[in-house]
Amino acid sequence: MELLKIERIEKYYGSRSNLTKAIDGISFSVDKGEFIAIMGASGSGKTTLLNCVSTIDRVTSGHIYLEGRDITSIKGKELNKFRREKLGFIFQDFNLLDTLTAYENISLALSIQKLDHKKIDAAVKASARQLGITDVLDKYPYQMSGGQKQRVASARALVTDPAVVLADEPTGALDSRSARMLLERFSYLNDEYDATIMMVTHDSFTASYAQRVLFIKDGKIFHEIIKGTDSRKAFFDKIIDVITLLGGDVSDAL
Amino acid sequence: MLFKLTLGNVKRSLRDYAVYFFTLVIGVSIFYVFNAIDSQTAFLKMNESTRDIVRLLVNMLSGVSVFVSAVLGLLIVYASRFLMKRRSREFALYQLLGMSKGRISAILLTESLFIGLSSLGAGLAVGIGLSQLMSALVADLFEADMSDYHFTVSLFAIIKTAVYFGIMYLVVLLFNGIAIGKCRLITLLQSGRKSERQRLKNPILCVIVFIIASIGLGYAYKNVTGNFRTLNNKRLLAMIAIGCVTTLLIFWSVSGMLLRIFMSIKKVYHKGLNCFTFRQISSKVNTTVVSMTVICLMLFVTICTLAASFSVRNSLNANIKEYCPADFEIALYRIENNTVKPIDIKEQYEQAGIELTSGFEDYLLFYMHNTPQLTIKSLCGENYGYLLENYPFLDLDIQLDIIKLSDYNALMEIYGHEQLKLNDDEYTLLCNYTSMADIYNVLLKSKNDIQLFGKTLYSRDGKCVDGAVYLSSQPINAGIFVVPDSVLENSGSEAASIFIGNYSAKTDEEKEKAEENALASYRKAVDRDSLQSKYPDSVLTLSVQTKRDITDSSIGLGGIIALIGLYIGVVFLICSGAVLALKTLSDTADSLGRYETLRNIGADEKDITRSLFIQTAVFFLLPLALASLHSVFGMKFAGFFLEVFGTQRIGISIALTCIMLAIIYGGYFLISYFSQKAMIKK
Repeated sequence: MELLKIERIEKYYGSRSNLTKAIDGISFSVDKGEFIAIMGASGSGKTTLLNCVSTIDRVTSGHIYLEGRDITSIKGKELNKFRREKLGFIFQDFNLLDTLTAYENISLALSIQKLDHKKIDAAVKASARQLGITDVLDKYPYQMSGGQKQRVASARALVTDPAVVLADEPTGALDSRSARMLLERFSYLNDEYDATIMMVTHDSFTASYAQRVLFIKDGKIFHEIIKGTDSRKAFFDKIIDVITLLGGDVSDAL
Repeated sequence: MLFKLTLGNVKRSLRDYAVYFFTLVIGVSIFYVFNAIDSQTAFLKMNESTRDIVRLLVNMLSGVSVFVSAVLGLLIVYASRFLMKRRSREFALYQLLGMSKGRISAILLTESLFIGLSSLGAGLAVGIGLSQLMSALVADLFEADMSDYHFTVSLFAIIKTAVYFGIMYLVVLLFNGIAIGKCRLITLLQSGRKSERQRLKNPILCVIVFIIASIGLGYAYKNVTGNFRTLNNKRLLAMIAIGCVTTLLIFWSVSGMLLRIFMSIKKVYHKGLNCFTFRQISSKVNTTVVSMTVICLMLFVTICTLAASFSVRNSLNANIKEYCPADFEIALYRIENNTVKPIDIKEQYEQAGIELTSGFEDYLLFYMHNTPQLTIKSLCGENYGYLLENYPFLDLDIQLDIIKLSDYNALMEIYGHEQLKLNDDEYTLLCNYTSMADIYNVLLKSKNDIQLFGKTLYSRDGKCVDGAVYLSSQPINAGIFVVPDSVLENSGSEAASIFIGNYSAKTDEEKEKAEENALASYRKAVDRDSLQSKYPDSVLTLSVQTKRDITDSSIGLGGIIALIGLYIGVVFLICSGAVLALKTLSDTADSLGRYETLRNIGADEKDITRSLFIQTAVFFLLPLALASLHSVFGMKFAGFFLEVFGTQRIGISIALTCIMLAIIYGGYFLISYFSQKAMIKK
């Protein structure tokens, strides 16, 4: 089932004399329960794409449909409501509130939806179980490791049961072990709970956990590969091949 | 290049500097206004005695100014340290680029110079404007005539302000230089990244500390109000110390305790952004315990000073009408071997060949009587022990004044007050000094008769009666007995010789002339030196009072108290407001990322600004709430002492105080709220 449909979107920056096309006519769609990665070098426009999908940024032209609704036409208060009900965010630098405990960070996502506190408690605990952070719920961000913080942020993104989870370089600030743990959780959530995840990364290893990888270069879709029945290792090799083809700097890709 | 960088810096951190600049401007202008009173009042028409009082006021104000400048200096140092901290990363960048610490100090110097000069200029401009209003206030307080008033600028005050603030800026520079010299590159670089650690205090400890502090505070409250009579200076200081310490402890524990309470009410805590708001408040309060305490105490002093000073001033003026009902009074007596003996007024005037009563329309010449038979001790009866215990400072052997009924009634006719009727075996005790009246009332309840020259008299009323004989500006009659004439006949108990009268003149100018004549005659007739040689072993009391003198000194006293109260109150308010505003601003600057996160996870803009409002409001209200509570008891305590002046108009004063609070403190609240709102909007 088609959940997210992106139709010929464009995003321009700058003035007429000095125009930068950050996104130059991208179209694709994401099905429900899909785990998709978007790859590209720095400046390729992948984060802009994610920002447009997440309504943090506005497209210059084109349409984005989520569950059949055109989100480029939502404005003001509705936008906030849409964001908190339909989307879950995971950021590179976690974006946890350092004054709140892990529990409160997660519950805040629900309490701003004006949910009853009893329902909140159950949802927070369930989501913490899914991400394996039940034992750090009473800790503050500064008492946690990077991996734990990112899993708390993920729990916050998932606890509202969003239509799609948007992750911007989720492993960017993590060591390789924490990164693997997090990605395994993503795969698990995707498999078991049918969570739709759209992840932006420039790291091939991270991307290899997805089922489908879109490559973006200079604001355009350059290539797309699908994992299918391949093993993760084989998929990873395929990704590396595309990156070589893409001509991207290897150090940048890894 | 340096200048360009400096200007850029100031422009960029204008938001941070806004409160700083605002505070400097108000500080400078207030300083100018109160130091310019001298020249401002030069144009006001007032008589010589009021002029003397204004001179005294000016001297006192310049004394208070030293204190005020110290307070403002501390505030400026604090504020600039705050701004410095905010910019540590910037300084680190300069150092990384190879700038020497000397150069950085030079940048700071130019910046301070820039800010200092512009704030001084703006402050003086505001001050010169405000001081014209001040003249009106002074004219009103001292009841002077403003008809000849011109716009004035006091050069002296400008120079004084510039010098005082120059010194303050120098101190600030010195502090900043030391701070720059001390800091290390690595700490500067990391200072922005260090997220504040949430040190959650042990909740049980918080509750215990809070309870102990509350008990301590209650104890101090009780002692300064309920048990006020047993209070001596040492105990009073102890109570003040307890008050300060408990205030500190309350601020230390209150946020932890309240947070715990709210956390346990899950329904409230997990509603909207509440948990975020509570946490923000608690971390704010937790990191400012000492400042909160100081601010709370400053607000307390401010509220009390403003309320008390205005109330004293108002009552003083209202009192004149009531307690000074005649124009002129002479009282002559001498004390020899602890007995009061008269110096006969009539005799003095006759010796000098002057007509005592010329220029007076109605008048009375009479004697006050004293006798060792009538002292407080003689009234005591069984209550002697009680008095000794509860009023250790009261002199029980002092001889109480007695007046003949006929003299009293004649005087009341002059005063236009009600006359008195007594049976032959009755007396009345007049007293309007409330503390003494309370004592008399206790005594009269158990012993209502006195023995006087072989006669027994009974109290007509069973309690004291409101009234006075002497002219005064306040209710300070500590007890005068009115007895039937026959009792004092041939008793030889004459003490003070008194003359009280009203001028026959009608218009103000004629009255002034009459007063001059009366005073000149008095000076001719009563000569201290010749009297002293006549009675070499006596202590002489030769007193002359006029309604005009009493009025002027009373108005002057009221005016001085009100102005000095206003000065200190306003400065304290500025300090409290500024410190809180700076703290909230810098906290919000540190929390910008948090607000961004809230927005990212989809919180409503309305909820975010509401959370900000609640945070700021609670932060400003917390010290004010405790200060108000302190003030309730502080004013009660002050009431015992201010009783002499009368405090019946306290309501208006409290209203005035609230207006001042609302303008200055509320102004800082609004500035800080709106600049924070602008900050988080990006």
